[in-house]
Amino acid sequence: MTQLTQQILSGVATGAIYASLALALVMIHQATESVNFAQGEMAMFSTYIAWSLVQVGTPFWIAFVLTVVISFIGGVLIERIIVRPVENAPVLSHVIVFIGLLVIFSAVAGWIFTYTVKQFPSPFPTKPLLGGAVTGHDLGVIGVTFVMLILLFLFFRFTPLGLAMRAAAQNPESARLVGIRVGWMLAIGWGLAAAVGAVAGIMVAPILFLDPHMMSGVLLYAFAAALLGGISSPGGAVLGGLIVGVLENLVGTYLIASELKLTMALALIIIVLVVKPSGLFGAHAVKRV
Amino acid sequence: MAGALLEVEGLRAAYGPSQVLHGIDFAVEEGGITALLGANGAGKTTTLRAVCGMVDRSGSIRFGGQPIEKDSTESIVGLGVAHVPEGRGTFVKLSVEENLRIGAYGRRARDGVAADMERMYQHFPKLAERRTQQAGTLSGGEQQMLAIARALMLRPRLLVLDEPSFGLGPLIVASIFEIMGAVRRDDRVSILLVEQNAALALELADRAYLIETGRVVMSGSAKDFRDNEQVRRSYLGY
Repeated sequence: MTQLTQQILSGVATGAIYASLALALVMIHQATESVNFAQGEMAMFSTYIAWSLVQVGTPFWIAFVLTVVISFIGGVLIERIIVRPVENAPVLSHVIVFIGLLVIFSAVAGWIFTYTVKQFPSPFPTKPLLGGAVTGHDLGVIGVTFVMLILLFLFFRFTPLGLAMRAAAQNPESARLVGIRVGWMLAIGWGLAAAVGAVAGIMVAPILFLDPHMMSGVLLYAFAAALLGGISSPGGAVLGGLIVGVLENLVGTYLIASELKLTMALALIIIVLVVKPSGLFGAHAVKRV
Repeated sequence: MAGALLEVEGLRAAYGPSQVLHGIDFAVEEGGITALLGANGAGKTTTLRAVCGMVDRSGSIRFGGQPIEKDSTESIVGLGVAHVPEGRGTFVKLSVEENLRIGAYGRRARDGVAADMERMYQHFPKLAERRTQQAGTLSGGEQQMLAIARALMLRPRLLVLDEPSFGLGPLIVASIFEIMGAVRRDDRVSILLVEQNAALALELADRAYLIETGRVVMSGSAKDFRDNEQVRRSYLGY
């Protein structure tokens, strides 16, 4: 019983991380109609920034905030400099650019920080809580991610800028006709996605340890989460993340060898695409011709 | 042409290599309603898009005396030009209320948005009933009303309407045209109108231009148009 609650709670914690990254994927997808394959490596690079800041003696939470801000600016710059020129290009060009970004981030991280696996500090107490059912780190991860998700929800739902960003993603032409600078909205969307990814990276690094390939598995789970929830639904992506996190732990503990956990994510992606391509909460993509 | 709010001279526009407008001249008087008439593919929609900077254009466009032919769409909106595009440009996944709020995004005076929203609900009681509903669930007529209300939330000086009657039943069209008349009277908004239904457009407008293959072939008061034998036969059908 203890093992079950333990597995579920730690599943919720990793699920919250998948949810964050899945949300970042959905945010970019809503604006550009394609999936940012580099989202995971961008998050990994952000985590290295946080690690460097901590190494030079910055207190953890200050490093955290600085990293989120730097990542936001980095995301905006990537959109402005790299994504903007292919804005109107076919979707395959986007895919190539995103894969290129993935390779660049991975290689540059390896070049600057080497491929040696590094320990990343957790800001939370590591001692077990609730009679061993959950670690302090897991609880902290759940807390931080949920606060972030709620803030994002409030931002998109209730602020004029959030409303303008939703309008720009939905109907760019009409958005321009009410005076919204659509290009900037896209850039801010990239910034936010990068910032969300940075939080996910920092939260997962104490568990996975930091190396340039840290996020590749996480990104796969996030893909599965986003597809499960519906790639067009932010709320669905979050729920999908939590489901994938819990499922991963339960399946890995009780059904199959934990070495095969990543296979489960791939299987889930295939099942969703075959059985219900729009996911649990996504809208059917209707193309008018 | 003193007192013209919008003055367009020698407007040319192209989609890629194909030239669509070959030098168009027209004007909208302050407080007036100008209709652009013409068959499908004559270049009416392109003219509106060119005015608002949504296609590559050249020529002279002056709004309130100020040249805007080099300005971006967003800046032109900021000057007080509200454009209801072909297909109404509804934000289908936003609520009716959010659609109205976004309409006020580009305006300079931030105060009075809530009051203006209430005024729109009075103009269009149907929208008030549906204010929390997703805009995509509205009927075509309601979406057209929403589009006009959204445009008015900008407190525009010029309202640009592309085929407001498109796809709507005659009763709804009549009520929408009635509202446009009221809007011009009450809000002192000038209107630039593109309309397939020439009879209806000429009832509302005070000036009209007939466009054929990217050129203005006739211009005059709405009355001149109604009295012109050839226009009547070709475009009004009586």
